[in-house]
This record gives sequence, structure tokens and C-alpha cells, in this order.
Amino acid sequence: MIELLNISKSFNSGKPNQFTAVDNVSLAVNPGQITVFKGPSGSGKTSLLTMIGCMARPSSGRIFLRGIAAAVPFQQEGAESVEITSLPERFLNEIRRSTFGFIFQQFNLIRGISVLENVMLPAYPTGEGRTVFRARALHLLEQSGIARCAEQRVELLSGGELQRVAIARSLINNPTIIIADEPTAHLDSKLSHEFMAIVDRLKGEGKSVLIASHDPIVFDSPLIDSLVEMRDGAVVASRSCR
Amino acid sequence: MKRTVERHLNILEFTLASLLRRRAKNLSLVAIYLLVVFLLASLQFFVSALKREATLILHDAPDMVVQRLMAGRQDLVPAAYLTEISQISGVTAVRPRLWGYYYDQLNGANYTLMASEDPPVTSGHASIGSGVAKARNLAVGDLLPLIRYDNTPLMLEIGAVLPSSSDLVAVDMIIISPEDFRMLFNFPADQATDLAVTVRNPKELSTVAAKIASQFPDSRPILKSEIQRTYQSLFDWRGGMTLILLATSLISFIIFAWDKATGLSAEERKEIGILKSIGWETSDVLLLKFWEGVVVSLTAFLLGTVLAYGHVFFLSAPLFAQALKGWSVIYPRFQLVPVVNAYHLSILFFLTVVPYTTATVLPCWRAATIDPDAAMRY
Repeated sequence: MIELLNISKSFNSGKPNQFTAVDNVSLAVNPGQITVFKGPSGSGKTSLLTMIGCMARPSSGRIFLRGIAAAVPFQQEGAESVEITSLPERFLNEIRRSTFGFIFQQFNLIRGISVLENVMLPAYPTGEGRTVFRARALHLLEQSGIARCAEQRVELLSGGELQRVAIARSLINNPTIIIADEPTAHLDSKLSHEFMAIVDRLKGEGKSVLIASHDPIVFDSPLIDSLVEMRDGAVVASRSCR
Repeated sequence: MKRTVERHLNILEFTLASLLRRRAKNLSLVAIYLLVVFLLASLQFFVSALKREATLILHDAPDMVVQRLMAGRQDLVPAAYLTEISQISGVTAVRPRLWGYYYDQLNGANYTLMASEDPPVTSGHASIGSGVAKARNLAVGDLLPLIRYDNTPLMLEIGAVLPSSSDLVAVDMIIISPEDFRMLFNFPADQATDLAVTVRNPKELSTVAAKIASQFPDSRPILKSEIQRTYQSLFDWRGGMTLILLATSLISFIIFAWDKATGLSAEERKEIGILKSIGWETSDVLLLKFWEGVVVSLTAFLLGTVLAYGHVFFLSAPLFAQALKGWSVIYPRFQLVPVVNAYHLSILFFLTVVPYTTATVLPCWRAATIDPDAAMRY
């Protein structure tokens, strides 16, 4: 479980242009489920997900990862949870790398290199043997149905294919939590439904999926387990969809 | 340990893939870099080899040469000096030397003429350097006509052409008998150009030189070590002159490389943001940039050095030969013995690889320390 306690995030603190992106949010996200964060632009969804995903620190509040501590390499034996907000940068990186996989709105793939290299990219600095993660990357591309594009450069792919590459990349380090930020923003309805089907498969593999979206195909999908509605940085409603 | 090595190998692999994406830019950078290293390394190899050559040749030179000065210019040494210098304790031998220059109107070249008693050259014969043989199209047995002081010809038969291994000092040399030498220039019989003095104990050289200078105030004793130093300075000076000529291209290159290495495009910034957001640490990004700098500069350094080695030691440095070997019409042609000065090569390495790599890494520092969440907001 991911537990958020009184999380706030302010930018430009102490300056005239200070604004609060996330305001005193407390929340529990169950493991092995699809949780959707719904809300208009500027409601704080992305900021919240970046803090959960160890990409940014909250200005105040605490975040706990409970029951998924096995993925944290420095975790003391027997400890059930880890409080990530107070960890040094080095440990946060390690957690981000091993526990979270990210799918971005713009896919954020690197142009000029092959699909396979893009998928392998998060594994390069882990120190794992190249042959091992290369085989895993090829397997993930095969699962996504785009193994034929492995050696192609990413700029030659269609939007749907790019999305699949981004998903494969998010899974290369075998994370337990997938974070997707507006993943269907650049997809048509058919591809958006396909994306939700892939997400459902990931959930079937035991992964937790957190999605920030204001696309009805996502937040009205029968596949999701929980819906968190946000506005002006605060949670206005949170309900289970099951 | 294994993970650290794997991490480096993985990032190096990505570096290579990354460099190949901007093939034209990086290849042109390597090419220009390579040219600069090639020129500098050639210069350094060539000067080192020449200095070594000169040292080896001067090894057989006399311990001391005594000249006589008249009104600040070199004058002939009377035979009486020889007798008196021989009696100074510590002096084992004093040999009068006859040498001078001969201007050849046919091709505008200056030859060095020398009279030799050991090995003896018979009167009417001459041994010539390979440059003279080529300039006058001569072979053993041919006749070499030299114009005497009174405008009459002196016919000399070529007895030998000196081996090309001695080209550095003997390419323009004509060795004749003392009699022919005196006849050619109307050289006074009881005088010599200078005296070659041999001293038993090398540690006494300066003492003997001081005694000679005191006994003959118009003399100038020159030690072998001083001649060696002069040669070293001469080649250093010529190397320095050539370096100054290269300076313009060097400065242009530094500006070009600095601009290329430090200019971080918007695309590169975005890529760094993406790498951070997918789990790369700041140190991983800097390692990537470090390898980028090392790959470009080390490739240029190694290739440039190898090409310079071939240019100097296999092709006899056609690019620098005229500037560095001498200023005469006749240039020595000879194969230089390979000399690699590790110290100078290390300096070249630190002046090329280190600044470029640093210039590649430093500007990325700022970009690499951005928050990973920045990539979420592109």
C-alpha cells in the first residue's frame, strides 16, 4: 500500500509568485489495483504522482510504501514499510529505479536510437548484465506486439507503437508500481481502449497502476479499481469502483 | 565490482549509440581534433628525433674546439697556438682543422668543405655528401670541378659518396685533402680554421678551457657540451617557431571545440531530463557525458599520434622537414630513428583529452541536476 499523510507541495516558496500545487492530501492507494487520479489541468495530479514516484519531495507531509518494501534494496530485514520522503537522494533514485515504472504524456522516448535501446535505457545504470536486460527488453517488445520494430528508430513509429514502447520501457526494471501521466492524451479512442487493456494485463501480473488522466475512456473504464478526484491541489472525492 | 564495471560498459555502449546519432557533427569534430593532434605530435616527434640524432652525431665530436677571434669575428689560428696548447697539462692531443664554405654558382647551394687527415683523402680526390652528389649529379669516379680563389678550376675525382645515415650533418659536405683545401682557398700553410683539442679527464675540460683562454686572450674555447646545448636550443627554437605558425589553427580549434563541447542544445537538455526521469542519477548522466568527451578526444589523440608517428618516422615528415632540418638549398634526406618522449606525449594527452572532456562534462552539470519531475512537464 502507498500511504500519503498530509502531503503538500508548494513552488516558489516565500516569493510573490508562490503557489500550492498539492494541498494537504492524505490518501491510501491499495496495491495490485488500478487507481485513477481524475481532475482538470492544474489540479495537482501530476505533482502528486511525481512525489509518489520519488521524482520530487513534498514541501510537507510523509509518504510510506507499505508491503512493497522488498523492492527497496537497503530496507532493513523485517521492516514492513519505508518512509520515502526523508530518504537521501541516492536512495530515492534507487527506489525510483527498482520500484516504479513511468509512462509519460509525451512518451519521452529518445530520438535517433532504436526502439530496443529506448526500452533498455532505464536498465543501463543499474549494473545488470546487458545480455540479461536485452533479453528482457525483447520479451517485453514481443509481449507488446512490436518486436518487429525493435531495431527501428523511434521517430519512425506511429502514436500507438510509441505508446507500447513507452510501456515496455516502464517495465524493463520489473517495477511493482507503474505511474502513467495522461497516457491517452495523444491517442485516439481505439488506442486508448487498447492502452486500458494493457493496463489491465499489468494489473493481472500483480502490478499497481496509478494513472493521472482527465480522459473519460480512462476514468469511466470498468477496469479501474479506485478513482481519486482532485481540484485545486486537494482531493475532493475518493471512491472504490468495485 | 562487477556491477560497477557493467554500469560503465552499459553507459559507454549508450554513449557510442548516442554519438552515432549526431554522426556528421561528431565525425567533423574528431577530424579537426585529429588534425591538430597530428600536427602537434608530428612536431614533437620530429624535434625529439632531431635532437637525439644531433646528440648521437656530436658524440664523436672533439672535446673542445679552440677558435681565434679578430675584431669579434672568427679568424685563422696560427700553428704556434697548437704547439703551446699541446703543452698544457691534461691535453692529450691537438689537431688543426681546415674547413670552410664553398658557394656553388651552378645551383646556388653552399657546400661545407673540410680537409681530412684521418681517414686520409689523397690529393685530387674527394668524398661528398649525398646532397652534393644529387645536386651535381655525381657518382664515384666522376670529376667535380671547383673554382679556385684565382678563378681557375680544381678537378677532384669522387672517391666516395658518404652514407645517408650521416645526412643530417654531412649532406652538403665535400671532404678533400689538406693540400687541395689550401690550394682551393689560398689558405696560409701555417694556419688552421680552428683546433680540435682532446683532454684526458673530461672533468678538467673547463679548467683546460680557462687556461687556454687565459694564455691566448684572443681565443675562444668551445666545449662539446656547449655545442650539444646549442643544437638542442636550435631545434627547440625551430620547433617553437613552427608551433607559433600553428598557433592560429590551434586557437581556432580551441574555440571550435569549446563551442561544440559546451553548447548544450535544447534537445540535449530534454534528453538529460528524460534520462533523469527514468531513473538515471546525476552521476550517471555525468558519466555519460564523460565517456562522450573521452571517446571523441581519445580517438582523435590516438589516431593523431599514430598518424604523426607514420608521418615522421616512415615518411620523414614532409610537412615540417623544410622548416626544421635547416635553411640551406640542400636539405638532408634521411630516415629518423623513432623516438617517443613519454613526458611530451603525456603533456600532449593532458592538453588535448583532459580539457575537452572537462568542457563536455561541466556544462552538463547544471542540466543533470534538474529535478527528475521536470521531464513529466515537457
